[in-house]
Parts: sequence; structure tokens; C-alpha cells
Amino acid sequence: MASFEPVLLRNLGVENSRSVRVYESRGGYQAARKALKMTPDEVVEEVKKANLRGRGGAGFPAGVKWTFLPKDRTRTLLCVNADESEPPTFNNRVLMESDPHQLIEGTIIAAYATRAQIAYVYMRVEFHEQFHILQRAIDEAYAAGYLGEKIFGTDYCLECYVHRGAGAYVCGEETGLIESLEGKRGWPRIKPPFPAVEGLFRRPTVVNNVETLCCVPHIIERGANWFTSIGPPHSTGPKLFCISGPVNRPGCYESPMTITVRELIEREDMGGGMLKGKRVKAVLPGGASMGVLTAAELDMKMDFEDPRKYGLLGLGTAAAVVVDESVDLRGVLRNLTRFYGTESCGQCTQCREGTAWMYKIATRIAMDAGRLEDLDIILETSRNMGMMPGLSICGLPDGATYPIETLIKKFRGELEAAIRAQPPDRAERVLKVLN
Amino acid sequence: MSWKTIDRNQQVVDPKAPPVLTEAVREKIRSFFPRYETKRAVLLPALHIVQDASGHVSWQAMVEIAGVLEIAPSDVIDTISFYTHFWTEHKGKRVITVCRSISCEVMGGAAVLEELKTRLGIEEHQTTPDGKYSLVTEECLAGCDHAPCLLINEKLHKRVKPADVAKLLADPENDRIPVPRSDLFDAPKDHGAAEAGVGTTSDVQEMREA
Repeated sequence: MASFEPVLLRNLGVENSRSVRVYESRGGYQAARKALKMTPDEVVEEVKKANLRGRGGAGFPAGVKWTFLPKDRTRTLLCVNADESEPPTFNNRVLMESDPHQLIEGTIIAAYATRAQIAYVYMRVEFHEQFHILQRAIDEAYAAGYLGEKIFGTDYCLECYVHRGAGAYVCGEETGLIESLEGKRGWPRIKPPFPAVEGLFRRPTVVNNVETLCCVPHIIERGANWFTSIGPPHSTGPKLFCISGPVNRPGCYESPMTITVRELIEREDMGGGMLKGKRVKAVLPGGASMGVLTAAELDMKMDFEDPRKYGLLGLGTAAAVVVDESVDLRGVLRNLTRFYGTESCGQCTQCREGTAWMYKIATRIAMDAGRLEDLDIILETSRNMGMMPGLSICGLPDGATYPIETLIKKFRGELEAAIRAQPPDRAERVLKVLN
Repeated sequence: MSWKTIDRNQQVVDPKAPPVLTEAVREKIRSFFPRYETKRAVLLPALHIVQDASGHVSWQAMVEIAGVLEIAPSDVIDTISFYTHFWTEHKGKRVITVCRSISCEVMGGAAVLEELKTRLGIEEHQTTPDGKYSLVTEECLAGCDHAPCLLINEKLHKRVKPADVAKLLADPENDRIPVPRSDLFDAPKDHGAAEAGVGTTSDVQEMREA
């Protein structure tokens, strides 16, 4: 597989790759021209045939999502989800930084296929440079006649606007994103109705991730058969993998979904092995929300199906962070619980309270004041949250419980040993401060 | 993201006070109307513009934004209290946002934060007495391949070591980004410095434009 030629990142490192001229000189916007000569339904059919599964985390087939739109709709809106807030994910950032026109081209094709008149790019506010880069690219595309009225000389019109978020993780959830776009708190909506039926401004709306849309031009250009020839049948096409933490070459790498976590860490053209000969203790392979792997489980395949066999929620964003042996897992536990505690939107009681309580307990454990039964209390709390038991509006509590549950279950011995090793008088002092 | 409540008996906005939003700012906010189907949807862009104009969003600014967007002031407060990016109190000229998520923590982000606190003499979510820097922490900045990282205004600083902090703070151009800026969400350039509160914004603006 070493001979795999990058598709999504093909313009990475090319000089001036952000300009429309360079993008076009490398074959850009040909797919959009081709797509606009097809009928919208043909484009949908091609993407469906390619089995392009959403890259944002859930892995839902994008083409199928597009077919949920009501047939008799008059107005459709497209939202591009560039609210990449999942730690430690940065593949969308790399895509928008190095090749903004690829995203615009994908947006044009997706909007045409869904017959959308307006595309909103919802971008997290922390992406400052990326915003300026993308906005410039959009301006260029307008000037070239690729956005706006009568695109490529056809009758199709599309407006594309960037909408900047304001620092909320939950706005990456599609209905949270829609609420935020409407100028409200980013509170996810109860589904159904799904956004495809009633979304932004109560219009049929499609929400797609940046990486998903970046795949679309290549499917149109090279055909669904080319796309399905890459990777296993259930996880087709090229995928970006992020690797961060103490490895020699942290970064974003493209590969078919046939690699294992070990390859991602060790391969010379990817992670390049551990920094200064450190050893892996744990890996969070799919972004923070999917769960934790032990050093013995590194042969997990990074595709849409294999992670479930290891007790993880799914592939997620395919962004791995490595935790080396020198790191105290109690700190990791506290960091993860804090993230969800801060980012829970506060709508569903069990998520708002559960994440906050897990953070409090994890803080206690991290500060040398843990009790052995604390681990069971966290597990019990986590069982009472989430969509899987059908208790919450969105998937955030599921994402909150999986890493914490897997961390405690897989590393229970180590956590218990750390709690047993606490100096008893210190626990007493810390508890006085905390309570 | 907790609820923000105000005491009903306490007057938060003086109805006789002169407006804080200039006509140019209002016009800029209105220029977003054609983009969306409802005026309320312009709220986030409006808050970005106002925050850029005066460094923060005051209670009075919220009331005036509500007037421009034809929504209730409580709707503005409802929205603004949800998002961490908007400030209802004065910020420093440069806001340092330190990432505290898992990659940065594993790579030593906490030490960088401690060093910043020591150098600036402030805690998280505080501003230095001279109004130069504010220090905040945030969850993942999506710069994990360059962990530990931090933002100074718009500029992402990568692989920051505690030893680099002093040099970083001394650099007068530590918030300059290497790409051309778009002024879409900026306050209009010709606004008077007088309404910018303690005069924070015009400086930032000048530095950005330079």
C-alpha cells in the first residue's frame, strides 16, 4: 500500500496551492463542470454507488443522506460542517489550509446534486487563518464565475457564505450547527424531523463534513468504481488520518482504510515511530469520543467496522492521539471528563449533570484523593447517559462515556493501583480543598 | 456553559446613554441580512463585528444589536451566554488562548500555561493591569500536530516550549498572521476610536492592518 497516491492531499505542498489558478492547472474544477452537465439525480446516484460514508464521525453514507430530501421541495440549503472541534482532529484544517478550492468544488457539486441554492460553511471561530484562506478562495471563485449566478455558463446559481461559529463543540452536531446558524444557542434538536426534511430555517437541509465534500469531486471525475476499488467494501475511498502526541512525525496522512493503528504510529511515511524510544501506553484512535485502546490492541484496523470489535464507538474522525508510558492516566481521565463537562450544552439533564459529576470525580482521583469505589460510580453514571439507552437528544453523551468507560475498564488495574498508592493524609487535605 | 442571569432590579443599561454602535457598524451588520432568511441568523456575525469594534460586547451593545436585528434583548443574551468566544467584559488588546486538550496536555501544554501565568502575573480568564494581554484556555484548537499550541489573537503559535514564552510575549508582532486577511467579520475601518471604550480596538486594528 506504500504506492498509494494521495487524492485529497494531492495539492499539499504544491506552491501557491490555495490559488484558483494553481488548483485549475492541476485539474481542478473539471469535476464540477462535468457534474453540472449531468442531472442532479445522476450525481446523487454516482455518490451513492461510491458508498461515500460521512467522514465527520458517524459514517453515514452521504449519497443516501441526499436522497432523504423530500421530492417536492422548492428550496434546499447546504451546510458545510467545518466546526472541527473534536480533540485531537485537524484533517479539515489541513484540507482548508492547503486546498480550499477542493472544498468549494465539492460544495458546488453537492449543492447541485441536492439542488441547493445557498451553501453555508459553518466554520469554528478558532480557525482564523483558515477562514481568511477560505474566504479569499471563495472570492476568487466568485470572480471566476464558479459561484454566484449561472455557474460555468449553466443556469445553476449558488451562493456560498462562510458563517463563523463562536467556540462551542456541540455546534459540530448537525442540528446544533443549524440552531447556531439561526443565531440561537447551539442546542441540538430532537429528531425527527431530520434536517433533510426540516432543517435550517425549516427548509430541507443537508449537512456534510468538509472531508466528505472533498471526496465528491474525485468520485465524479474518476467514477464510483474507482472509489470503491480503494479500501475494504464497507469503508471505501481515501481517508485522512491524523496522528498526534509523542510520535516523530505528528501530522495528517492519507491512506485507504486498510491501515492499522500500529502502522499509523510506526510507518516511516506516517507517524514515524515513537519519540525518543518512548513506549505506547494507550491510544485514542478515533478522536477523543470513540474510546481508548491499550498497547496490546494496536492491530485494530482503521475502518468503519473494526473499531466496534475493540469496544469502541466507531471510527470517528480517525484522529489518533498516543499516550506514552510516562503519562499518568488519571490526568488523561481528568482531561477527557473536563472536555465533555465544559462542552455539554446543558439541555439533557443526565448529560449536563453526568459529565459534570464525572469531571468532579476524575479531578478528585487525579488530585490523589480518589476512592476505589469512585471508578464504579463513574461507570454507573456513564451507563445512565447517552443515546444508546435512548436518553439524550444528541450523541455527545455517548461520545463522553465511551472514552471514559473504555479507559476505566481497560486500565482499571493501573488506576486502582494509583488510588491505593495515595498518601492517606494527602487525600484528606485535598478533600478539604475540593469540598 | 452555564446560564447567565442578571438581577432584574439592577439597571444594566442606561436608556439615556449615547449609542455604542456607530452607524457604520450598524450598516455592516445590515449588510449580512441578504445572506439569511431571518434577521436573527445575523446575530453571530453581528456579535463578531461588535466585539471587533469594541473589544467586548457590553450590555448596551446587546440591546442595540437586538434593535438592529428586531429581536428581544433577552434573545441576544440567551445566545451570547452560550458561546465562549464572546466577552461581556473588557478584554486585553491581545488575547492568548491556550489549548488544554489531550494532545497538548500529553505534550506539555500545562507547563506553557504555568509559564504564561507567571510571566503575565495573571490567572486564567484575567487581563493584565495594563490591558495588554488576556489569558484564556480553550478546548482543542485543532493544532494537535503542533502541540502544545496557543493562539495570540488570530495567530496560532505552534510547538511552544515554556522557554519560548518570554520571547513570544516580547515580540511586538506575535499576533500577525502570514496570510492576507478578509475583513468580512471585522468592524468597519472608518469607525471613530472614541466609541471603542478604552481605545483597545483601534490599536489592534492598526496592528492588523499594518
